[in-house]
Amino acid sequence: MTVHSPEQLAHEQRRYLQVFAWLAVLTAVELAVIYMPIPHMAIAFMLVVLAATKAALVALFYMHLSVERRTLTYIALTPAVLCVLLVFALLPDLGAITRALTHATPPAVEAEAHH
Amino acid sequence: MSHAAVAHEPVLEPTESPLTPESWGKLGMWIFLCADAMSFGGLLAGYGALRYGDPTWPRPSSILGIQLTALMTFLLICSSVTMVEALAAIRQGDQSGLRKFLGLTILGGIMFLCLQAYEWNKLIFHEGQSITRNNFGATFFILTGFHGCHVFSGVVYLSTVLMRAFRGAFSAHQSNGVEIAALYWHFVDLIWILVFTFVYLL
Repeated sequence: MTVHSPEQLAHEQRRYLQVFAWLAVLTAVELAVIYMPIPHMAIAFMLVVLAATKAALVALFYMHLSVERRTLTYIALTPAVLCVLLVFALLPDLGAITRALTHATPPAVEAEAHH
Repeated sequence: MSHAAVAHEPVLEPTESPLTPESWGKLGMWIFLCADAMSFGGLLAGYGALRYGDPTWPRPSSILGIQLTALMTFLLICSSVTMVEALAAIRQGDQSGLRKFLGLTILGGIMFLCLQAYEWNKLIFHEGQSITRNNFGATFFILTGFHGCHVFSGVVYLSTVLMRAFRGAFSAHQSNGVEIAALYWHFVDLIWILVFTFVYLL
């Protein structure tokens, strides 16, 4: 890595602490959101947005993606894109496995739980 | 080595990594992290598929201690800060700063593992949760266990970096080893942010 000037390093260190403050604040917001008297879907949506923001902050500033070459960012985003595709691929199955397991054989599941 | 081999070497293998000119190791770590992200992505997607539409799925906050995990989240975020501080220190040639902040990062990781062990112990032996009892237990223990293994590996990895730091392996001009280890540690933090949200809060 290239050697940084003292001003650059001081600026970077300020940025690190700013990101830390944001991460702490967003975590506190997440904790507050789950107790809000609004529909669960709205809570889920807000939590996903908050978590994605926090993950992006860590990747951009702590893993330095903001100053790396753009192609590396695309590579790092690939798994996220693939995971979203995987969720869509699983859509037809969502809940089906669990429903089959919990409703087809409830006595067996219950019996196991009590042993 | 023959002259022919020396002459051919630059053609066969570029000396500079295409995306991370400062080191090949960094590119290697990024590729590993992408593969690892897909493992976590697969587990999280599987968890989502099992949970969605299952009316018997318990609300996580009714079983899991949110306050304790919030503290664990805070610990990991703090250890990410000490990790960037360690890298910033060695980039200024500050050896003692590097050792101090690396030590603090490792301490954060160990404290996280201790809290996780406490949490698992409480859930398994006092509240009867288990990996085989239901899908909630199965997905919870696999996801947090897989992440815990990563934290443990990170603690071992950072400890070897710290030992190398004590031997003076790093300097202002040679900080790649620290930077690559930092990438891994921040990734573990990033994954915990997602696991905390999807498994504990949602």
